[in-house]
Amino acid sequence: MDIAYILLLLLAPFAGFLFNVFFGKKLGHNGAGYLATFAVFVSFLVTHFYFVQINQTAQPVTVKLFDWIQLGKFSIDFGIVLDQLSLLWLMFVTGIGSLIHLYSVSYMHDDENRHKFFAYLNLFIFFMVTLVTGSNLLVMFIGWEGVGLCSYLLIGFWYKNQDYNDAAKKAFIMNRIGDLGFLIGIFLLGHLFGTLDYAALKSAIMSGAEVDHTMLALAALALFIGACGKSAQIPLYTWLPDAMAGPTPVSALIHAATMVTAGIFMITRLNFLFGISSADMQTVNMVIAIVGAFTALVAATIGLVQNDIKKVLAYSTVSQLGLMFLALGLGAYEVAVFHVITHAFFKACLFLGSGSVIHAMHGEQDMRNMGGLKKWMSVTYITFLISSLAISGIPPFSGFFSKDEILMTAFHENKALWVIASLASIMTAFYMFRLLYLTFFKEFRGTDEQKHHLHESPALITFPLIVLAILATVGGLISLPGNSWLSHYLEPIIAYGGHSEHHLDATAYMLMGLAVVGGLIGIGIAYAKYLKKGEVPPADAQMTGFHKLLYHKYYVDEVYDALFVKPINAISTFLRDTFESALSGLVFGLGKATNAIGDSGKMLHNGSIGRYLFAFTLGVVAIITYLFFNKIV
Amino acid sequence: MDVSIVLILLLAGTLVTLFSGKSAGKVALAFGILSLVASIVLLSDYNAGKSINVLATWMENPQIYFALNGDGLSLAMLLLTTSLLPIIIYSTFGSEVKNPSSFYSLILFMGFAMAGTFLAADGFLYYIFWELALIPIYFIALNWGNGDAKERQKAVVKFFIYTFAGSLFMLAGFAYLYTKAGNFLVGNLSNLRLSDQEQFWIFLGFFAAYAIKIPLIPFHTWQAAVYQKAPTAGTMLLSGIMLKMGLYSVLRWQLPIAPYAAKAFMATFLIFGIAGTIYGSIVALRQKDLKKLLAYSSLAHVGLIAAGAYTLTVDGVRGAVLQMISHGFVIVGLFFAAEVIYRRYQTRDISQMGGIRVQAPKFTSMFLILVLASVALPTTFNFVGEFTVLYALSTIDIWFAIIGGLTIILGAYYMLKMFQNVMLGETNAKPFADLTFQEGLTMAVIIGVLFFFGMYPKPINDLITPSIQQILNYTLKS
Repeated sequence: MDIAYILLLLLAPFAGFLFNVFFGKKLGHNGAGYLATFAVFVSFLVTHFYFVQINQTAQPVTVKLFDWIQLGKFSIDFGIVLDQLSLLWLMFVTGIGSLIHLYSVSYMHDDENRHKFFAYLNLFIFFMVTLVTGSNLLVMFIGWEGVGLCSYLLIGFWYKNQDYNDAAKKAFIMNRIGDLGFLIGIFLLGHLFGTLDYAALKSAIMSGAEVDHTMLALAALALFIGACGKSAQIPLYTWLPDAMAGPTPVSALIHAATMVTAGIFMITRLNFLFGISSADMQTVNMVIAIVGAFTALVAATIGLVQNDIKKVLAYSTVSQLGLMFLALGLGAYEVAVFHVITHAFFKACLFLGSGSVIHAMHGEQDMRNMGGLKKWMSVTYITFLISSLAISGIPPFSGFFSKDEILMTAFHENKALWVIASLASIMTAFYMFRLLYLTFFKEFRGTDEQKHHLHESPALITFPLIVLAILATVGGLISLPGNSWLSHYLEPIIAYGGHSEHHLDATAYMLMGLAVVGGLIGIGIAYAKYLKKGEVPPADAQMTGFHKLLYHKYYVDEVYDALFVKPINAISTFLRDTFESALSGLVFGLGKATNAIGDSGKMLHNGSIGRYLFAFTLGVVAIITYLFFNKIV
Repeated sequence: MDVSIVLILLLAGTLVTLFSGKSAGKVALAFGILSLVASIVLLSDYNAGKSINVLATWMENPQIYFALNGDGLSLAMLLLTTSLLPIIIYSTFGSEVKNPSSFYSLILFMGFAMAGTFLAADGFLYYIFWELALIPIYFIALNWGNGDAKERQKAVVKFFIYTFAGSLFMLAGFAYLYTKAGNFLVGNLSNLRLSDQEQFWIFLGFFAAYAIKIPLIPFHTWQAAVYQKAPTAGTMLLSGIMLKMGLYSVLRWQLPIAPYAAKAFMATFLIFGIAGTIYGSIVALRQKDLKKLLAYSSLAHVGLIAAGAYTLTVDGVRGAVLQMISHGFVIVGLFFAAEVIYRRYQTRDISQMGGIRVQAPKFTSMFLILVLASVALPTTFNFVGEFTVLYALSTIDIWFAIIGGLTIILGAYYMLKMFQNVMLGETNAKPFADLTFQEGLTMAVIIGVLFFFGMYPKPINDLITPSIQQILNYTLKS
């Protein structure tokens, strides 16, 4: 029975994809959208069924579908495992996925290729389900590359614009840099243990057998590079802000709530590897924590000055992902997972809210041309406010609990990282409220034409916003300090005993207080600057100094361009125009010289095939004769 | 039934097609399909444990046998040949072919020679087939090719001389081996106990032939020009099947006969292969001609395949063979996509393309799938081979896997860039009709094969593994 349900879970979105590709256009105006939503909802229902079941039995379900790839040392099955971790991920992937599909029905209402859009969204869910439920690393890799492909398709959805196509291509290639790391990690583990199966790897590693710990640490490092690509960490983060070229529901689903958490999923899945207490592995974990903390800070600083509403959210996503990696590096896997979930709620809500705004503004994304929108869009405004409070870490909203856990862990493990993470959090509160004030408060700064059309979005858009805002409010309940359902639930997954829960002592309360004060400071500055003084960010040309540096994202894209893209293209041009023909002349010249011994160079240019055939026959005859002769002698 | 049936069918097809006038294409297709059916029957016979080999004396003195062996490896290559032949023939149906009877006859003849190369178990016979395959492609490229006739002739003649010259070294090697073994049978040649020095020279002689044919850098300079100038069917024959003659021969002849040399020079040739992968990828990046770009992508792929073969590990060789087959399909599909565009725009110049997607959604989808298969997206056949090869490289030295693995990044770069420039962007001013039924079917068949074996490579894997094991036993035991 399990097999049938699991196939339903996996294949419902795939069937939706196929159906919409071939017949989506014939399904009436919104047919494709509702069909796609239904397909994901089916997956959600199956997930929910298993989620309830595992909460009672605590027994994972594993099925092997078929043999896939055989290697000398081991073979790789196409297998599925539904355990606590994969089901938790599936819950919000398919749950939030359903909401975003529903939202898109309205949002993509006027796009002539919307059936394709829904086909791609379904395909994405299919690959995401594969990524999460695979029972070994290579099945995860199918999903891993598959979601990368869908991301490529959806970023470049409006393919007439070559800038969007560039963004799509960039996302794919950057992800592939990470993917090479992932593959190298797979190779090392496969070579060391002769398996890629999580269960088998776990028991091999936990059995304490003699293994080369340096190799293990290298494998972990390589896998982390893979995670950096997918989850947009330094140095592979620059694709994510560009990915905002895609339609806004895509940004919400793929580039905020689900796909970009794949790196965190992978490391949590392999916590039995990353949690090994060898000196080398500690170095790797330190690298992860530092990369995470710095990504959180760097992205937050860039977010301070962006004027594109989606760009702000994009950098905030990179920054929040950085915090999650910080938690991973410190060994607090369940804390990272907690933040993944609350972040999925409030960030999906924020992105969809920004979509609602962009929808009302007829495609305008620059906050300098917005303002005062709460007058027209009260539902969007209130849900946006709730999510902004959540991401800023204000109690009792969900983000407060998860972020507080990360900061507390950092405080106990490494004070410097705690300071960095706290700074990033203050900045987060600032830029989120900067966004909120610039968008929803004061007077409208757009054109009269735009003003005339301002309206609250239809119910299909506001309904998901309301659901997500509620989740963003109460999401913290799954892991209250001192009484965490989540830690208990994830216990079977965490190999080396959960991260010890912090007691609610004076330090804990002090840290909470500090975090809240920090958040309020950030909000306060934004309030003073943008509400009280009513500032509006300057036009691009008037930016100077550090502000300009931040606005241009530290010129990292330009640096990468100069370091990698331009040189490789220059080499390519040189090889094409100069080297290839020189090489050709050289090698052929040698051949010519050899041939010229028996023949005249002129004849070569005549190119008479007859002569070559003659030579061929002559040669064969000569050899046979020689052999005869040899035999006789 | 034995394997000669396929050769007989293809040769008979060559003759019948030559005299079937206007319907030559259909006749050739029929013979192509017949030979595919025959290959499948042979496969089931082989799997059932029946002998399908041929051994007859051709000449007493010197001792030359008409020996054909159908082991798993040969059968896999035979199936590649006989399944691509009908696809290639069918793919030409949408365009006007002048003098069709000669054209299709030559294609079948080429199939005959290549099938013979994959089956021959006598070195002399093998050599004859090997050289015979050059003749039809020479005429196909010369008489049905495109572009300036002078330029074309130059490219094709260069190709001919070049590969022909390389093969002479191999012939010399065979002649020497004959003096030692008294015949040319591959089994006997593999059992010769040659001195290290003898092996070195034999290995080098064979290498001259194979490095040019595969081609490995820096012996690849004939490739791009010929691919560009030849008619698309010719390019497909070259890239889909003929390239694999060289790679196959490395496994069948070079490694078992000169095992010591193979082991001694393993690292060198691995590096040759990997260097070719990187080099081809970089040169492909800025090609202006679509067919040339695909030619360099081919160069990159065969480099990795060669590296896999030279690891001398079961995984490496197995991955190489899987990739030989998958590359055969995907490159034929990609060249067909180039042909589809050429039929409408009469150009291969990428700068004149772009803005096609909006006009031709079916073509776009299929082309994109082929592009993704070419960059080895998991669930496509190409991933299975590439993954296996890279894994094998990592077991030799992790750096081989890292540098060879750059292909997954560079490959994505040049292929997606190409796809963007060719297909995306504002609507092209020139109209582009979406795929015809014939075109759609051609691409769909290829895509079907790529996905099926991408998810379920086991049948091919089970077929080739015992033969590979055997070859490596020969190679490694001494």
